[in-house]
Amino acid sequence: MTRKTMELEILRYRPEKEERPTFETYEIPFKEEWVVLDAINYIKDNIDGSLSYRWSCRMGVCGSCGMMLNGIPKLSCAVFLRDYYPDKVRVEPLTGFPIQRDLVIVMDDFIHKLKEIKPWIIRDEGQEQSLEEGEYLQSPAELAAFKQYSMCINCMLCYAACPVYAIDNSFVGPAAIALAQRYNLDSRDHGRELRQDVIASNEGVWECTFVGECSEVCPKDVDPAGAIQRGKVSGTIDYFKDVLMPWGG
Amino acid sequence: MKPYVREYPNTWWLSRRPYFLFMVREFTAVFVAAYCVFLIYFVYKLSQGPDAYYGVIELLRSPLSIILHIIAFIFAIYHSITWFNLTPKIFILRFGEEQVPPFLISGANFIAWVVVSAIVAWIILVV
Ligand code: SF4
Ligand code: FES
Repeated sequence: MTRKTMELEILRYRPEKEERPTFETYEIPFKEEWVVLDAINYIKDNIDGSLSYRWSCRMGVCGSCGMMLNGIPKLSCAVFLRDYYPDKVRVEPLTGFPIQRDLVIVMDDFIHKLKEIKPWIIRDEGQEQSLEEGEYLQSPAELAAFKQYSMCINCMLCYAACPVYAIDNSFVGPAAIALAQRYNLDSRDHGRELRQDVIASNEGVWECTFVGECSEVCPKDVDPAGAIQRGKVSGTIDYFKDVLMPWGG
Repeated sequence: MKPYVREYPNTWWLSRRPYFLFMVREFTAVFVAAYCVFLIYFVYKLSQGPDAYYGVIELLRSPLSIILHIIAFIFAIYHSITWFNLTPKIFILRFGEEQVPPFLISGANFIAWVVVSAIVAWIILVV
């Protein structure tokens, strides 16, 4: 019996020896139970040990193995080879980010954006509860109001799917805005106004043209596109409140 | 070592079907907007008396105008349907732990659309 094989076409970038990235094709054994990441690990172990990429959990939790597979951002540990077999799979680093090396992207901008929206619970002056007073209580309904947005694993697939971000990196982007909503909608948080500087700015929700692909590619059903549109609605309400009730409503 | 920044082609919207459909949705907005401008012009003519009004009506009867109307109508329908389908993302209604299912939100829009259209049709055709 001949062994079934398959081809992976991987974008390689070795800055020490080449000016620009080039595709290289690798032949790998085809296995029913292999995900694309297994095939890439096979290449690293058996064909070219210099191939660089990020991964860790191999179970769709850590969010580090995001890549473009045939032009669509995916977690490479969550897609089976059999979904492509017998066709060739084109593997590229996530779109919209600079390439450090091979499939490894530079994510500094994303990390900076996450920080910028102050992703922690902010309490009003004097509202901080001391340790003796215990935790801030929350009902299941209050949890449900933001839970979806807290499921993000920072895989950046949504950024890679977003043409707005690819064209203009100043856009705060889907995951960061969804994360801001996660805290804004948290009953224990009072920090919405502080986050609005970033969220309601031109680089924030208003940069979004609602292509909607971020939500389609999100592996955790966070629906960042929805988070952004809700941000636009509440930003608009703020604006009218300001205009109609300048003394504060 | 210098990270490599790949160029993002201007033809990105042709690279995948969802991007292309997004562009179509945005493009149809041009026709919706143009038709609004036309309606304003129409009302303006109406304010200028019967002669001006019937002049526009005559213009509307030309084959070119009918073709433009059909095109604008198809695009307006496409635009409305795509946006109504997106409303559940924008408007999330919760009762306690439960979220109102998305199809009810978009469904409400479609029902309102049909009802309003029926009322307008009734006013024009019957009254
Ligand atoms: S919102 Fe979804 S796609 Fe974006 S980083 Fe979070 S988990 Fe990944
Ligand atoms: S390796 Fe952790 S998400 Fe794929």
